[in-house]
Amino acid sequence: MEFRPVTSPYLQADYSVSDDMLQVLLALVPGVVALTWFFGWGTLINISIAVTTALLAEAMAVRLRNRPVLPALFDGSALVTGVLLAIALPPTLPWWLTVLGTLFAIIVAKQLYGGLGYNPFNPAMAGYALLLISFPAEMTRWLLPEMLAEHHLGLYDSLRLLFTGQLPAGLNWDAISSATPLDEMRTRLDMNQMIDEIRQSPLWGDFGGRGWEWVGNWFALGGIYLIWRRVITWHIPVSMLLSLLLIAGLFWLIDPNTHPNPAFHLFSGAAIFGAFFIASDPVTASTTPRGKLIYGALIGVLIFIIRSWGSYPDAVAFAVLLMNMAAPTIDYYTQPKVFGSEEAES
Amino acid sequence: MSTVQAPIWEFYGGIHLPDHKAESTRRPIAIAPLPHRLVLPLQQHIGEMAEPVVQVGEQVLKGQIVAEARGRVSAPIHATSSGRVVEIGEHRIPHPSGLDAPCVVIETDGEDRWAELPAPWPDYTAHHPDELIERIHWAGIVGLGGATFPTSAKLATGEAKPIHTLILNGAECEPYISCDDMLMRERADRVIAGMQVLLHILGARECLIGIEDNKPEAIAAMRQALDDAGVSQARVVVVPTKYPSGSEKQLIRLLTGHEVPHGGLPADLGLLCQNVATSAAVANAVLDGQPLISRIVTLTGQGISEPQNVEARIGTLVTKLIAFAGGYTPALHRLIVGGPMMGFTLHNDHVPLTKGCNCLLAASAAESPDPPKPAPCIRCGRCADVCPARLLPQQLYWYAHARDFDKVQDYNLFDCIECGCCSHVCPSHIPLVQYYRFAKTEIWNQERERRKSDLARQRHEARLARLERLERERKERLRKKKEALEKKPKGATDDPKKAAIEAAMKRVAAKKAARQEAADGAGVSANTSSED
Repeated sequence: MEFRPVTSPYLQADYSVSDDMLQVLLALVPGVVALTWFFGWGTLINISIAVTTALLAEAMAVRLRNRPVLPALFDGSALVTGVLLAIALPPTLPWWLTVLGTLFAIIVAKQLYGGLGYNPFNPAMAGYALLLISFPAEMTRWLLPEMLAEHHLGLYDSLRLLFTGQLPAGLNWDAISSATPLDEMRTRLDMNQMIDEIRQSPLWGDFGGRGWEWVGNWFALGGIYLIWRRVITWHIPVSMLLSLLLIAGLFWLIDPNTHPNPAFHLFSGAAIFGAFFIASDPVTASTTPRGKLIYGALIGVLIFIIRSWGSYPDAVAFAVLLMNMAAPTIDYYTQPKVFGSEEAES
Repeated sequence: MSTVQAPIWEFYGGIHLPDHKAESTRRPIAIAPLPHRLVLPLQQHIGEMAEPVVQVGEQVLKGQIVAEARGRVSAPIHATSSGRVVEIGEHRIPHPSGLDAPCVVIETDGEDRWAELPAPWPDYTAHHPDELIERIHWAGIVGLGGATFPTSAKLATGEAKPIHTLILNGAECEPYISCDDMLMRERADRVIAGMQVLLHILGARECLIGIEDNKPEAIAAMRQALDDAGVSQARVVVVPTKYPSGSEKQLIRLLTGHEVPHGGLPADLGLLCQNVATSAAVANAVLDGQPLISRIVTLTGQGISEPQNVEARIGTLVTKLIAFAGGYTPALHRLIVGGPMMGFTLHNDHVPLTKGCNCLLAASAAESPDPPKPAPCIRCGRCADVCPARLLPQQLYWYAHARDFDKVQDYNLFDCIECGCCSHVCPSHIPLVQYYRFAKTEIWNQERERRKSDLARQRHEARLARLERLERERKERLRKKKEALEKKPKGATDDPKKAAIEAAMKRVAAKKAARQEAADGAGVSANTSSED
């Protein structure tokens, strides 16, 4: 009897790349629900726009590269990129900016480098950075959180705002929009105000901005789920958040009047979302156990430096992109010691 | 003997797999019938191929050597029953390549008559270890766990480095395989007897027998056999079921807490590891004077009607074994030699059972689905989490894929034991181990090419040097001659020719003078002129 030869092993664990991507999407649900709860329909609309654009762009690029289209679409990576980018975008962003950012993420940051697995930079953050640098005003115009807003935009109003730029009758930008807490903090600090003074504004909650501080928790919940399901390991999120807390805590201890407390850093902006969903993106991060710790810790330090002294209020995207460049080098110098090498040295 | 569990040291990585051992352990070990034809490959071991010492047409007896070992790292091949040699030539063998290799083919006469065997040595302690090693070498025993390294060669390493602990490997960590399990259940006394011989050869103080905790019957039987034999310096250590605990290095780590030094051997730690089946074969060779002519092989999988373990002659065709176990079922999808993690597929089932073949897995499509199309590596790092050698499989893959063979060695490619854990967990279904095999083979080829070109270069350089030397010597001779010629006018006496001429001239002058005297005195004699 004749058989077709195949190489060992003949047992395969029962999961695939698309399973991982699905887990990531699932883990994002609580955070997205929280964002929608506090800031309205904008995030969901952004996700729809970004996902549609991402899938179309992926299909087109893969086709141009003469690769099979369906496997690329079904691996779910374009979907995840679209969702991650949309989550990071303000809920008031004009639709074409979302499209532009997504196109850049998929076509330039991902496909031009060879597609899934070959991109040196996190595509979602590349798209985000492009938009932030090119359209700083639109990119920093957030809405007031649910508990502070006097006017809530319904689904129709939100759609009209994003697609036509028209606000509902009788409303103007000042009435509904707000800077992000990070932005607010640095603007006031630049005006030489003390932390105590700044925090008297109704914008502030227990740790960071009201509303904002709770979004992070929901993302953390999803992140812990990912660690539990072994889609990501604990190394990067833990080392990144810990280093951010440590360095922020150090400066806060030195001068609590000009440096917000470490919890503020943790619960503001994209720190938690970034730690679990962006920095831990395996394609662009370090992969050795020690490397992951170093990689995460340096992202934490960079976030603090850019937030405190850089030109942009939030720093997760830049910190991650900078460390993406360092990942191969970190990996090279943090190779685990192979079996028996310690015994051989002693 | 105490039943107190010895401490266990975890090893890094590894995976938990469904063990599928129950299917083949329901029946006792069966004895496969004597086949009409025995195909004995000359290469059933690591090292030099054995050299045939019989002729076509010759009658051979069971246990007679049909091919001699070539050197120490080699093993002889014995006729596994009596009969007539009908062919010495290329035949299909169980090998991943599916290629043919030289074999001795015997048509059995059904009498199964033994050749004259060496004397049984029940009192093995009266014999010097070298004699015992020689006996094991004669018996053609190789590592029966699948590695097939000649056992005598492995034991001989003990001379340079003293061995204090013998380790018997009864872990049998790969799913489906149960031949060692059944051997320990049914013939634990043989394993223990062989162990005592091995301890005597090595002069080792103690023996640790590692068995995975999914084999309670084997553990009990081995403990009982130790008790019965009254051996105090050996104990059974139960190790957790985790693949690849049966890999030599991982088992040593589990049992002793030590890691075999990078680039070293277990002997560097004073340890030596043998499979339990090898130990039983040593008992047969030393205590009974019988060579290795059969082995226990697991026939299992949903593709076979009656999964079980059989003891079969080396050289029995796989088709015969399958038929003995009730034949294939319609579920048969592929036939694997060895386990599902490290085995290889047969292209064809007309191949003989060899010494290293511990399992024939007739897998159904459900048990061993066709590999899905590989997706790109997303660097998730699961492979590194499970790699028992603590390598970075994805980096190895990256560089093997890019044919960067220097870099791939930087990442310690040659520490890879090809256990398959990385491929197993890869969510992109990349055949990682295959890439490592490819890279290793390419590097070996390059190495061979380099050695060849080095040799050619050395030969060329030697020739140039020789020509140069000859030329130099020739010039030297010329120079000396020339110098000698130039010296000639100065020292006339130096030249013998000249001296002869001068001497002759002197003689002539003297004669002339004498003649002058004679003429002057007594007149001219008749013959003086003729003398001139």
